[in-house]
Amino acid sequence: MRRSRVAVAQIAPILGDVEKNLALHEKAAREAISQSVNLLVFPELSLTGYFLKDQVTSVALTEHAPALDVLRNLSHRVAMVVGFVEEAPGHRFHNAAAYLEGGEIRHIHRKVYLPTYGIFDEQRYLAAGAQVQAFDTALGRMAILICEDLWHPATAGIAAWDGAQIILCPSASPGRGLGQAEPFQNASTWERVIRAYGDLFTCFVVYANRVGYEDGACFWGGSEVVGPTGQALAKARYLEEEFLVVEVEGGALRRARVANPLLRDERLELTLQEVQRILRARGGDPG
Amino acid sequence: MLDLRLNCDTVRRVLTGFIDNEVRKAGFERVVVGLSGGVDSSLSAFLAAEALGPQNVWGILMPYRTSNPESAAHATLVVEALDIHNLTVDITPMVDAYFATFTDADNVRRGNKMARERMTILFDHSARLGGLVLGTSNKTELLLGYGTLHGDMASAVNPLGDLYKTQVRQLALHLKVPTVIVEKQPSADLWAGQTDEAELGFTYKEVDRVLYLLVDQRYEVADLIADGFDERFVRAVYHKVQASQYKRRLPVIAKVSSRTIDRDFRYPRDWGR
Repeated sequence: MRRSRVAVAQIAPILGDVEKNLALHEKAAREAISQSVNLLVFPELSLTGYFLKDQVTSVALTEHAPALDVLRNLSHRVAMVVGFVEEAPGHRFHNAAAYLEGGEIRHIHRKVYLPTYGIFDEQRYLAAGAQVQAFDTALGRMAILICEDLWHPATAGIAAWDGAQIILCPSASPGRGLGQAEPFQNASTWERVIRAYGDLFTCFVVYANRVGYEDGACFWGGSEVVGPTGQALAKARYLEEEFLVVEVEGGALRRARVANPLLRDERLELTLQEVQRILRARGGDPG
Repeated sequence: MLDLRLNCDTVRRVLTGFIDNEVRKAGFERVVVGLSGGVDSSLSAFLAAEALGPQNVWGILMPYRTSNPESAAHATLVVEALDIHNLTVDITPMVDAYFATFTDADNVRRGNKMARERMTILFDHSARLGGLVLGTSNKTELLLGYGTLHGDMASAVNPLGDLYKTQVRQLALHLKVPTVIVEKQPSADLWAGQTDEAELGFTYKEVDRVLYLLVDQRYEVADLIADGFDERFVRAVYHKVQASQYKRRLPVIAKVSSRTIDRDFRYPRDWGR
């Protein structure tokens, strides 16, 4: 894994306005280039905004859409993770994030777990992704998991077992639950989760959350880069835009895995065997 | 789990950010708020003055001849504390002109008429001053239906609708709303001597606990009874929430087309903003 400067663009995308959001992306990419950043991570659905409802089909782009050309070109100078609604063949619409590098899209992750409860309604509008895969980049091996994906720990496990050194998590998390926790109850849970994943899977976790308001819901920001011992290496402010830059390096990853060889000791065949047993016992019942 | 305390610094940031964002997204810079002298409208005005600057906030006092003089005095305290624009519109002539024809109207009809009269004045001043009407209904009264539909419940932007009454008081103290306003008996002031708690039959402190568990913490009625809450009280609260559901929704539309507003034509309110 190469020593790299990683940035999170904690922005407030404009709901349903791809053109204006592209301009926000371009501006952030130029800022990244000026700060010698190697990888710039944008939040979930950064090109479209989050609570789209029936606008989903109007803002969708195919992976070859000319609208993405400006970002493709900029990716010669800085790799980027960009969130968008992907119109896949068969007119299925996905909550997707693309990894752009060297002038092309290297990987697209389609959100697997579409939350449809409480404030969320994703399955009404979107099709679920069917894969979680790590992929190679010029900077190291990565995996993308979008927001709710990370609330299913198996996805982070798969990413790590598949060799990811950095888990990239674009997110659009609306703040919920007032109490003494800062700034919201769900924000403190998020922080526990991503730090635990850094620790348990001995990898870097880049959590890129957005800010701004949509229909009265407020996205809480607080983006964070977690190191492979579970420590927050850098953290953005809550509720405000920020351009967060931090350096990550393979030495820290190596030391964490030497000290804590959890991945070496992982027994995937055991996991597979027991998951199959559980599925057989359920006999098709989701349990 | 029964903890209604707020982290006031954060809530203040979120709500002022909300007002600033929602008002500007709609293409406005100003708000118009009806000041009753109570804690809800006072807190709304304090938040708006912080979010938009006092020069962009218009407090409108709309007394009726039977209104408690203390109400206008307390509203004036808010105007002076914030240095916001203010205007007084006496609603007595229009309300009395109407009821000269309908002399048999009871207190509820009279109270509703006053609330709706005030609403028409606020929305007229919205057009006159180029400002959005700022809401003042809190979560407790919205859930109980303790408000006048198309009256005090009407607004364009409501910063308080997700805070229970007891939380409104916490935040009001944090923002230094005058304590005489925060600590007085809440009243709709629609007739002499009216207080919310006497009319509702319970205190806000009691009902907020039940609402918080039912709504926020997803307790079933049976769970609350099993936990020792008074069954009659819990059922009465639940009934009020259920019976007032219509007040929290748009009018029901008879579905005949293939795509009906709000059923299967679903866009965010911030569509295009």
